[in-house]
Amino acid sequence: MTVLRIVSAIIYILLGGLVAGLLAGIDRKFSARMQGRRGPSVFQPFYDVAKLFSKETLALNHGQFVIAFSFLILMILTGALFFAGVDILLVFLALSTAAMFLVFAATSSNSAMSTMGAQREMMQMLAYEPMVLITAVGFYMSTQIMNGGKGSFKIIDIASGDIPSIVYLPGIFLGFLFILTIKFRKSPFDISTSHHAHQELVKGVTTDLSGRNLGMIEVAHWYENTFLLGVVALFFLSNDWWSIPLAIAAAVVVYFIETIIDNVSARVKWELMVKLAWGVTIVCGGLNLLVLEYIF
Amino acid sequence: METFIAILILFPFLAALVQAFIKSNSLRRISVYISSAAIIVATIVFAIMNFGKEQYLVSDKLIIGGSSLTGTVNYIMLAVEFILMGIITYLSFKYRKYYAAVLSIVQTAFVAWLELSGRAHATGFYMFCDNLTLILCLMIAVVGGLICVYAVGYLKDYHHHHGDEVKDRRSFFCAMLFVFLGAMFGIVFSSNLIWMYFFWEITSVVSFLLIGYTKTEEAVNNSFRALWMNLLGGVGFAAAIGFAAIGFHITNLQDLVALSDPAVVIPLICLALAALTKSAQLPFSRWLMGAMVAPTPSSALLHSATMVKAGIYLLIRIAPAMTGNLVGLTVALIGGFTFFVASIRAIIHTDGKKVLAYSTISNLGLIVACCGVGINETIWAAIFLMMFHCVSKSLLFQTVGSVEHTSGSRNIEDMHGLIKRYPALATAMTIGIAGMYLAPFGMLISKWSALQAFVDAGNIILVLLLAFGSATTLFYWTKWISKLLAYARPTIRRKDTTSLDQWVSIGGHTVMMVALCLVFPFLSGSLVTPIVNSLYGTKDFKPVLSDENLYILILMIIILALVLVAGFIITRLVKTKQTSVYMSGIDTGDERHYVGAFDEERTMYHANWYLSDLIGTDRLMNVATAVAAAGLIIGAVLTIGGVL
Repeated sequence: MTVLRIVSAIIYILLGGLVAGLLAGIDRKFSARMQGRRGPSVFQPFYDVAKLFSKETLALNHGQFVIAFSFLILMILTGALFFAGVDILLVFLALSTAAMFLVFAATSSNSAMSTMGAQREMMQMLAYEPMVLITAVGFYMSTQIMNGGKGSFKIIDIASGDIPSIVYLPGIFLGFLFILTIKFRKSPFDISTSHHAHQELVKGVTTDLSGRNLGMIEVAHWYENTFLLGVVALFFLSNDWWSIPLAIAAAVVVYFIETIIDNVSARVKWELMVKLAWGVTIVCGGLNLLVLEYIF
Repeated sequence: METFIAILILFPFLAALVQAFIKSNSLRRISVYISSAAIIVATIVFAIMNFGKEQYLVSDKLIIGGSSLTGTVNYIMLAVEFILMGIITYLSFKYRKYYAAVLSIVQTAFVAWLELSGRAHATGFYMFCDNLTLILCLMIAVVGGLICVYAVGYLKDYHHHHGDEVKDRRSFFCAMLFVFLGAMFGIVFSSNLIWMYFFWEITSVVSFLLIGYTKTEEAVNNSFRALWMNLLGGVGFAAAIGFAAIGFHITNLQDLVALSDPAVVIPLICLALAALTKSAQLPFSRWLMGAMVAPTPSSALLHSATMVKAGIYLLIRIAPAMTGNLVGLTVALIGGFTFFVASIRAIIHTDGKKVLAYSTISNLGLIVACCGVGINETIWAAIFLMMFHCVSKSLLFQTVGSVEHTSGSRNIEDMHGLIKRYPALATAMTIGIAGMYLAPFGMLISKWSALQAFVDAGNIILVLLLAFGSATTLFYWTKWISKLLAYARPTIRRKDTTSLDQWVSIGGHTVMMVALCLVFPFLSGSLVTPIVNSLYGTKDFKPVLSDENLYILILMIIILALVLVAGFIITRLVKTKQTSVYMSGIDTGDERHYVGAFDEERTMYHANWYLSDLIGTDRLMNVATAVAAAGLIIGAVLTIGGVL
């Protein structure tokens, strides 16, 4: 078992970035077709990042590299811990610490666009953080029900229940999908930065990053996306073999739902984002927890 | 053993007496160093000697010179209580705040009546010492002692800055700091409720005197607010003693907690009231905000090692008796609610000290919630939260104080680019903030255990409050750190004027902060787990944090350190072209001004978000206070009504 856990963590470190990079390529193709364009090759994201690394890096200060590098490593570490099946709360806490470095990367630049982007990034964290913690608690309570009393936060235990945890956590799953749009930085919540450098804050948090520094942030986001889809998959995993293809299919479907939402919605203001996210968290997450506590 | 404890309690009072009579600044400096060092060393020796033991000490049988020692001490304490009452009465008449005098006279008279009429005749032992006592002692001695050292350097600057506005009463100030330490030692060693009440009252009065240090109108008003709230808590404490003594013939905290009578909830809710006022929980939070008018060392002391921790200490002691009853539920919900509301409130402030104050109230709320739930897992978390909060909050107050003196402002907006201007202070401050909320620092780990324990206890409301409160906490700390770390080229270069005294303390705290994180597993295994076992009479308590998680956390610390070091090395090796900030307009040369759309020069200014239009009104706090007050009253009425 331990070997399996280490192997899956290593596979994630090796391939985690590639999977999300490829998905991003398909996403762009898919969006282009929806808009009646041909779109770039599915490998375009890799070409873009390769180009970033080959260009001369312009930096405002030495700190930028350190912070961008820390962001990348911490993000890989977060995902690796997740795929190694450790405590899910630990993974989420590592995720928030990693996310903090993106904020610091922006504010350390002392630039107006980046700083504004960073404030919005913090607002996004404020919006999604409660749901993230409640998701972890939901998993714990579902294992409690499945094991008859003794709950566990360990991902390996959550993934090997008798039935997929989504059965107990439909509300939490919906809430998690909602904040996933924020985490993926997709419309309507691409507030701090977006895939297009023509919003009012130029490119938000990453405005003053270039070359290899920007490349590292981009790769870190790929790792982050793979990890987040892993969490989606976790809702569908159980000790039956068929749960694995089901989980992968679910993750892919969720990703394309996010793409469609991205294409059909316009960016909202941050006030609305926080209100919506917290509202959904209370209604979907809170109710689901109450039901688990008092009915099961 | 008894002698050693007596020395620990009495020595700070003696040091205070010495301070009160020293007028020379250099002599004061030397004596503060010597006294603080003596207190720290003595406490460490004491802790090592008594590590892991559980001792009941001092009974009526202790005869010295033909008469019972405790009898003599009781009379001395009673006399001092009357003197304190006299001081409060005099000052409240002087400043026309008569209500304070009423509260003081009522409780002092009540306790005196209990004692003199023989109703509160002590049963059992007067003092108790176990690992929890030792942890508190170490916190008081090390953090408190360092704060006294810091105060020497700080006050010199303070009076230099304030000139003739504030009367120089430095000897008084230093004396009060030491009295505070002595009184705290008294609280944590007392098992007898009347003894504990005596020291409890001293902390109320001393904090009142410290807050009023500057004697401005604001200071006087705020000090009286602190006084009446804490005296109200004192009335609660006195009532608890009355119930316990008359109803159960018990005057001893340990016996009271072990009592299995259902009516025990009445003295418990009274004690909880006292603890909630001391720990500045809603609806009593306002006194701690008002306490900000005092010089920074007193804020550091009130917020970290003393005062607010006295309330927490009492709650941890009575937690086993609160498990699963209405008192526990009331305390837990008030704590959780305070955690959430205060963390929202911390977002709107630009004043560094105010943010720290709200963060104190908020974090204490979490600890109070842990105590209220009262199961062994939450107590484990509560003890750790208390330790980490103590060190990092003390560090933060001191760095804010030093930044204020050296740069002229404690406004967070003015701390923009502090890392470039005062690298050492900014680093210490960043470590302090990171200690409050970032993985893998201890505070966050403890918060995580608290979350898990709340789920185990089945309290979904607390889980939700914790989830939302964590998000808001994340927000106000992150924006503060991001201000510090902005690489802005300084316009004016000033020398860091922080004195050596201040650095001794700040440096000491920074080292402690990092060390605490590294020895976390050791602390858990050998110090905190035994406490939980002894409080709950179990032998095999295991913290919710598994060993695997602890190893991963240590691994994370190592990786983070390696990454930062590697980053710094690589950044020196690779070629990077220096560029200037992108401004959406033409930079006029200094990255601070640009040419705007109308071809004129404009200044650029980065501000953090404070959301004051959304949550900046006082209504939020007033409503929250009213809700908490209603909750407390309903809880108390139901509790008392339930057993009558």
